[in-house]
Amino acid sequence: MSSVTSSAPNESRSAGAARSPLRAPLVSRTGVFVVMALFAIYTLVPVWWLLVSATKSEGNLFTTSSLWFSHVDVWANIREVFNEQNGIFAHWIVNSVIYSAVGAALSTVLSAMAGYALAKYSFRGRDLAFNIILGAVLIPATMYALPLYLLFSEVHLVNTYWSVLLPSVVSPFGVYLSRIYAAASIPGDVIQAGRVDGASEARIFWRIAVPIMSPALVTVFLFQFVTIWNNYLLPLLMLNNDKLQPVTVGLASWREEFNQGIPYNLTITGAFLSVVPLIIAFLVLQRFWRAGLAAGSVK
Amino acid sequence: MTMTNPGGSSFARPRASEGGGRALSRRHDRSAVMFLMPFGLLFTTMMLLPMGYALYQSFFKVQRSGLGLQPAAKVFAGLGNYVTAVRDSAFMSSLLRVFMLGVVQVPVMLGLALALALLLDSRSAAFKRTFRLTYFMPYALPGVIAAIMWSFLYEPSVSPFTAGLRHLGLNVNFLSGNLVLGSIGNMITWGWTGFNMLIIYSALQAIPGELTEAAVMDGCGAWRVAWHMKIPAVRPALILTTVFSIIGTAQLFNEPQVLQQVAPTISPSYTPIMAAQQAADINDYNYAATESVILALLTFVLSFGFLKFAQRKGDSE
Repeated sequence: MSSVTSSAPNESRSAGAARSPLRAPLVSRTGVFVVMALFAIYTLVPVWWLLVSATKSEGNLFTTSSLWFSHVDVWANIREVFNEQNGIFAHWIVNSVIYSAVGAALSTVLSAMAGYALAKYSFRGRDLAFNIILGAVLIPATMYALPLYLLFSEVHLVNTYWSVLLPSVVSPFGVYLSRIYAAASIPGDVIQAGRVDGASEARIFWRIAVPIMSPALVTVFLFQFVTIWNNYLLPLLMLNNDKLQPVTVGLASWREEFNQGIPYNLTITGAFLSVVPLIIAFLVLQRFWRAGLAAGSVK
Repeated sequence: MTMTNPGGSSFARPRASEGGGRALSRRHDRSAVMFLMPFGLLFTTMMLLPMGYALYQSFFKVQRSGLGLQPAAKVFAGLGNYVTAVRDSAFMSSLLRVFMLGVVQVPVMLGLALALALLLDSRSAAFKRTFRLTYFMPYALPGVIAAIMWSFLYEPSVSPFTAGLRHLGLNVNFLSGNLVLGSIGNMITWGWTGFNMLIIYSALQAIPGELTEAAVMDGCGAWRVAWHMKIPAVRPALILTTVFSIIGTAQLFNEPQVLQQVAPTISPSYTPIMAAQQAADINDYNYAATESVILALLTFVLSFGFLKFAQRKGDSE
């Protein structure tokens, strides 16, 4: 693949230099398209396979051509997924929604407050506090999971909703993004005017700062929502009770339990079902992702 | 960090004589603390405390009496656990394995991401929006769900790739001992190239269009514009994505953990985090903590070291 990639810019060089600079010549346009299409195929084939396989009964998974539909049994598969183990799959989805929505909402509020304070107040230790938070961005959440588990076992917090929710609320990256955005977008004069009018600091924050910061806060919410939804190690360690588990942990346990009678088509259809809402949400909300990523990269 | 504070000037500390101003400043200090407190408390208990706790635990060990008649006692072990870890060949090879994977996979992935971002940014690209969305899509799949998907895609009995290659007369098992690390690398590349591409692409979009147009007018080919103007301009984005990738590789867990079900060559201590979890599973919490501390330290040294190195190099140029 890399050899194909490197040939395209060469093509565009030799062709682009000779002709009019305003419109790229056909050769280079074709070359660029071919390379980009190849990588698009690489990206799409696995997901296409997941879609096709979710429509197959267990037997057909092994016997029919794996990249095209045979007999479409998708409704039977979905019914089986939701019936397995007394409807545990629905439990998992609901749990994932609870952890992600509640965790991300709380996280966004805390990040907004902290980012606002770090951007708009000058107090002793401010830079130190910000640097510590920034340093924490460099150590990933997975690394805290095991120490947290050891700590939570001591205080008997494992196997509760709290054991997953509480750590999920902390997002150093959210604070970082909120601070950058607040510093760049909230004029000091507006805050000052609010004070002159006698508004309390809290009121200024909720009524003035939050509306201005809202585009960044949407990004913070989305990032944290997906981070929590994708979390695997933390809930895997914390939760023994499968009624409390999110869908990632649940599906992975189905994958492991093949030998105990969970057929492949259940796991595949379950994976497909858990992914569809996310892909749709991504496509719909993608401009917020770009905004957030852009903010992160111009630092 | 170097950001100036637009509102800061209005809160400059007042001179001692201005009694009212001082009270106001104190009120502001108090509000700042109130705003920081909720995050600060959770940050301390959920991030700093576990780190401290792991560090503390790593200096102790549980000693059981020979006959097992007395209850086990926790005794100070000094650096004993660390010595054990350094001599633990399984743990050391897990570190080395992840390091080797990162050395190969991160440059491949970021090279691809940069190439795709440049192509997407070039004048020759068509269907930009569609391609951009397509490349970013794997990021929408939770890592462990993607891992489950790939575990099927690699498994010989259902894999379309194994079947396709068999038609060509090739017998490839993606889960065999010498291929499985590459297969894991492919899973990461598939999942994260688009994410990194988008960060680099966003930075490319920030380059003023007149700049590159002028260069093209002067007869610079697309390749030279990319090499001499665009790539230097997206340097901060490349540094950022490299640091993210180092951190991501160090915590490798989901992919090998799921593949373990179908690839017997993946040992329970295949990656450092798996090794630490294995220690916790047999209730050796002190050793699990030690392994976590070592991994966190190495990751921090690598990512922070790279950041400083890249920044210094950027300053001297």
